[in-house]
Amino acid sequence: MIYHQVIVVGGGLAGLRAALEAAPQVDTAVLSLVHPVRSHSGAAQGGINAALANMEACKDDNPEKHAFDTIKGSDFLADQDAVEIMTREGPACIIELEHWGVPFSRTPQGKIAQRPFGGAGYPRTCYAADKTGLYILHTMYEQVVKCGVRVYDEWAVLSLIRDGDTCRGVVAMHLPTGQIEAFQAEAVIFATGGAGRIYSNSTNSHICTGDGMFIAYHAGVPLKDMEFIQFHPTALLRTNILITEGARGEGGYLVNRLGERFMEKYAPKAMELAPRDIVSRSIQTEINEGRGFEDGCVHLDLRHLGREKILERLPGIRAIAMDFAGVDPIEKPIPIHPGQHYTMGGIDCNYHGETVLNGFYAAGECACVSVHGANRLGGNSLLETVVFGKLSGARAAEFVRGKASSQGDAKAVERALARVVAETEKLRSADGNEDPVSLRLEMQKTMADKVGIFRTKQELAEGLAAIQALQKRYREIRLNGRQKRFNLDLLRSWELKGMLDLSEAVVAGALAREESRGSHSRTDFPKRDDVNWLKHTLAFHTPAGARLGYKPVTITRFQPEERKY
Amino acid sequence: MMVAKQNITFEVYRYDPDMGREPRYDSYQVPIEETTTVLEALYYILERMDGSLSFRSSCRSAVCGSCAMFINGMNRLACRTQIVALNSREVRIAPLPHLPVIKDLVVDMAGFWEKYERVRPYLVTTVASPDKEWLQSEEERRAIEEAIDCILCACCHSSCTMSWWDKGYLGPAALLKAYRFVADSRDQAGLERLRLVANEDGVFRCHTIFNCTEDCPKGLSPTFAIQELKKRVLWKKLTFQM
Repeated sequence: MIYHQVIVVGGGLAGLRAALEAAPQVDTAVLSLVHPVRSHSGAAQGGINAALANMEACKDDNPEKHAFDTIKGSDFLADQDAVEIMTREGPACIIELEHWGVPFSRTPQGKIAQRPFGGAGYPRTCYAADKTGLYILHTMYEQVVKCGVRVYDEWAVLSLIRDGDTCRGVVAMHLPTGQIEAFQAEAVIFATGGAGRIYSNSTNSHICTGDGMFIAYHAGVPLKDMEFIQFHPTALLRTNILITEGARGEGGYLVNRLGERFMEKYAPKAMELAPRDIVSRSIQTEINEGRGFEDGCVHLDLRHLGREKILERLPGIRAIAMDFAGVDPIEKPIPIHPGQHYTMGGIDCNYHGETVLNGFYAAGECACVSVHGANRLGGNSLLETVVFGKLSGARAAEFVRGKASSQGDAKAVERALARVVAETEKLRSADGNEDPVSLRLEMQKTMADKVGIFRTKQELAEGLAAIQALQKRYREIRLNGRQKRFNLDLLRSWELKGMLDLSEAVVAGALAREESRGSHSRTDFPKRDDVNWLKHTLAFHTPAGARLGYKPVTITRFQPEERKY
Repeated sequence: MMVAKQNITFEVYRYDPDMGREPRYDSYQVPIEETTTVLEALYYILERMDGSLSFRSSCRSAVCGSCAMFINGMNRLACRTQIVALNSREVRIAPLPHLPVIKDLVVDMAGFWEKYERVRPYLVTTVASPDKEWLQSEEERRAIEEAIDCILCACCHSSCTMSWWDKGYLGPAALLKAYRFVADSRDQAGLERLRLVANEDGVFRCHTIFNCTEDCPKGLSPTFAIQELKKRVLWKKLTFQM
């Protein structure tokens, strides 16, 4: 058994930031499924929001305006106290990143450059070309090396260790050897990322399977607002690789088959820089109504930006378009369509990362604070990782310092280890008739077809039935890879069970929510309904499936109003 | 131009030290389309033909650096290698050369990370930080533009003949990282950075063979960075500053 006072699970930005906060105070280690620099944070492109007011065009910007844009973008489902904290902490967090060495792009005066992003009143998105996530992730890992934080990489966390209402650590499998080990801790912080891969059309990395969300869910921690799934407007045709919102921030046009900049019909003022839910619905409407191109896409046209600007500001997406679609955006428009991108929902927690379970915290995409409500603004997810990574790391360290060590009492830990080892061995030798790969593909297709951008009661009911049927079939699966070392079949099959449960929570929440708000767009209930639905959904795991509950939204000073852009 | 579906033969290196068998190549017939990547073919094999195959992957968009492997005679990222572009009826895939194999295409990267850590891979400042950001001109920013794009995939490290026989050699990836900070106008580590690389395990072990530059999937030139470091070291030595 391994012991650390704080165990951070996840080596992306939120996890590393949490670890950097806790490590100087208490013994802290990071467990990560992949080496930290392989984390999905590195795929973030366009930038990170903070009201630095660094340019002439944003000299009047401030955290309060950032908060209002975020809350309006969230369709008023975000908790306003949490948003205010995030936008207030933002500038200092960005400066800290710069002091750590993040190579931000610069203004002619040498300050951090900022670009316009969707739903924002000013150019507020600090960027480093179009590889902002990559550079911040590498810089953050450099700080982890500098501070000597212990990192256990290629450990797949399989379970939380719960002892009554207290979290005592995690059980994890070392992928290179297959060894299963208990990690006892006084506090555990989950920063495990999103669950995009429950959809077939996700921009997310292969590792974004929602592990932390379903592990917490299975351990009795509720999930919040899972029905709110963000579809990014510009995913590359076929592969769904992300093409940054920064491409539109720099002036790119969205164009249909008739050559129209169709956003003028949907958001005449903001045009291409309306929030993502609106732009995605607009693109999907164009495609559904026959104004898309024949392979089901519209065009993102950057040609008018010119060669120099594309090479300087958008070199990464140029390489992606060339490598994965055979298109050089200097010469041709990029074929795109909306693709699943982000899970606004996640582990129910407050802005300290605290959950219902003592000593268990969550931060980043796996968490739902909630600062994104029903629709996240571009550039706010990177900000969320650093702000709430920091706050949860601080709170966990404070919690540990204020309590007696429980290292001597390992009974619950040993029980959990024995249980997980038995479950894993049972799965490894599973010999039923169902192929986990087929189940996974059916789940992903069901989510994309029935729980997509536009939703109806009938399709959601069909989706729920389909997911529940898959959950039943899962009990009869068969594994093909039985070896100890780096057993992808075992890992993916284990993940599949949790992904099915997450899918169920998403569909159940969506079916129950009879209104349209942010990313959740019910064609049978096209209006937002603040009287009945200005509330967060909670999903509790039970043997019979997801049980729903609700809790109020925190409103401080911004009363819900109509969203117009 | 669409290429009709065709079958390609994949010869994939297989080795599991737990099994007590010698390494071997297994052969798989994979149907591909015009845009199918090597990574997609590996997933096809894993999901439909052989659930015991092991390989690393994550972002599938050439930014995470997980899926570096030896494909038809070159170190490449499986995710950005289109099979049609290999122009071959057969695709032969092995783990990155000269690294210990954990299983199949998964290699032990511990030595790679150990070298990375040896170059003090983080910004060093000695005077108090300003309240706001360090100012950096656009021109100063351009000096690090290339070096910061490294994704630490180890294609260069594994193709460097000097790294093969001198296990102590920092190698192209760590030296590129060292250069990234030497060239950064904000870094104040000064001569100390050059001292870390001005030795027989550092820049002077590079014999400018350019394997690293040739194999870099991001189009970077660690060779250039190493020569820049050599120039700076030489100048400091010749002027008795070091």
